[in-house]
Amino acid sequence: MSDRALAVGEDTAQPTATSENAQADQATWTRRWFRTLAASLPMVACAVALPVVMIVSLGLGRYPITAREVFLFFVQKLFGVVHFTGDRMVLLNGILMEVRLPRILAAALIGAALSASGTAFQAIFVNPLVSPGLLGVLAGASLGAALGIVYLKTWFAVQIATFIGGLLAVGIAVGLAGVYRVKSTIMLVLGGIISGALFSSLLSLVKYLADPYNQLPTIVNWLMGSLTLSDRGQVLKVSIPIFIGLALLLLYSRHLNVLSMGEEEARALGINVQRVRLVVILCATVVSALTVVIAGAIGWVGLIIPHLTRMIAGPDNRKLMPATILVGASYLVIVDDISRLAFSFEIPIGIVTALVGIPCFALVLRNARKGWS
Amino acid sequence: MALFEVQSLSFRYRRKYVIEDLSLTIEEGGVVALLGPNGSGKTTFLKLLLGLLKPARGAIRLQGRSLGDIPRRELARQMAYVPQVHREAFGYRVFDVVLMGRMPHSPLFGRYGEQDFRIVHEALEKMGISHLAELAYTEISGGERQLVLVARALAQQARIFVMDEPTNGLDYGNQVRLLERINGLAAAGYSFVFSTHHPDHAAAVARRVVMMREGKVICDGSPGESLTPRMLGLLYGLPSSMLSAGHELGAGLAALRGAQA
Repeated sequence: MSDRALAVGEDTAQPTATSENAQADQATWTRRWFRTLAASLPMVACAVALPVVMIVSLGLGRYPITAREVFLFFVQKLFGVVHFTGDRMVLLNGILMEVRLPRILAAALIGAALSASGTAFQAIFVNPLVSPGLLGVLAGASLGAALGIVYLKTWFAVQIATFIGGLLAVGIAVGLAGVYRVKSTIMLVLGGIISGALFSSLLSLVKYLADPYNQLPTIVNWLMGSLTLSDRGQVLKVSIPIFIGLALLLLYSRHLNVLSMGEEEARALGINVQRVRLVVILCATVVSALTVVIAGAIGWVGLIIPHLTRMIAGPDNRKLMPATILVGASYLVIVDDISRLAFSFEIPIGIVTALVGIPCFALVLRNARKGWS
Repeated sequence: MALFEVQSLSFRYRRKYVIEDLSLTIEEGGVVALLGPNGSGKTTFLKLLLGLLKPARGAIRLQGRSLGDIPRRELARQMAYVPQVHREAFGYRVFDVVLMGRMPHSPLFGRYGEQDFRIVHEALEKMGISHLAELAYTEISGGERQLVLVARALAQQARIFVMDEPTNGLDYGNQVRLLERINGLAAAGYSFVFSTHHPDHAAAVARRVVMMREGKVICDGSPGESLTPRMLGLLYGLPSSMLSAGHELGAGLAALRGAQA
């Protein structure tokens, strides 16, 4: 503190010192260059981590394949540099392309979507404790998906139902928080908990009323939070709206910074607050609701990854948003590896994210207060 | 042409009128101080000037154009809002907070460019806070944060600064420092409208003091005309004996005015 006070006192003397020689300029230039390098290091690390994690994960499984083999397989597949014999190639193709790759891509997609959604919600509500899970989006989306499975036939309709369910849940959470006109962190969390509980109980009702021989098993299997059933076609279909949503969130990351300073300041800085809010909430909801379509409700990712990434990349959403997408994707691929390999049988990924996430969050919460209070 | 033309402006929250039939003209350049007790409608008036609230009746014109007709982004290039110091933000770098001032100047989905960075550096330098650039906004002191918000307004390249109780919560040294910067910027041609609870702050920098009470202007004139014990007594509901000449406050005002001359 005393250093800073001194610095403030001295700044009146600064203007006279401007005519220093070029050597000083050179020094600042070098320092700035190093600073830029240091600043971009976390981003580079995140960007490198994802492909590495994916390649290593491709090798993991009941049938062990080394990372080197994975690499050579893709070289042969993409560039035609022959290394493996025909039989071996067919075997590898079956395991890697048909079984493991769709699943890893699905995990990465879901991790990216949930994390970006959590980051966006936290920025737009200026609230460190919200996430797609805590706002009730996942519960709402689950209800939408269950209703879709029971009453709707087409894939597209199920996706729409999932999205509407998620949107309703956010609406109720925000509405409940707004009723009491108290803008507090806890009110929104409580609103989300109530909204989530409401949709969970409605989901139970749908399950109770569903046909126990055909519909009920499908609903339960689907919502348990497992990537076992993810097939390539399905992931591909869902990935298109998710990518659009992620792209919009990335485009609006600069606006999120300004918006998190408060609504009036944002408007005074020339931002159309209503429109930005609408677009961001819609995107964050679409993106996280659709993850339910692939693998059910996977909790905690959207809460802890934004905090974790903030510790690596800082709070600036222009960096945080891309970083959180990369970290979230890597994280869920790793967690999926654990759920596949930790035991002799597979456990639903939602259980593992909760088991890993809760202690992580307890740690993160301690550090998170620094950047927030 | 007048900078602001306010014509029979009224505003209410629910049923209660906060601003009632207020008319005022503010010329370009110089510093206007808004003085008034709590709940007199100062903040509401400033938000109306900024176009953040819609008047119930009446009109505000900015350089002849109705405020409602000016697009937000264009407005942001002319007029900057320096809010009361708050802490609710993320711990953004000070540099990035000032960079937000470049928002109305950069393309909607573009990125900030080299020119934006240069302007931010200049703004930080002008406020004498270049040494804070890399620190987290949440970790600097209240006074420094206020200077950062003024730097952001500078980076916005607005000519009009609307400030809501800028000296609120600052220690004496930072109050003087901030008022000093306001004086400097006003001399460079910027226009200021600010609200304050301190008559001596109004005396120190303002060329004109507008006194508000219960949503109405009760006095409007130069600091010498309006900052009299009688008017201050009327404004704050104090017997003028408590504000008579020779009293501490009166002496403080005289000293400040002397220093300004």
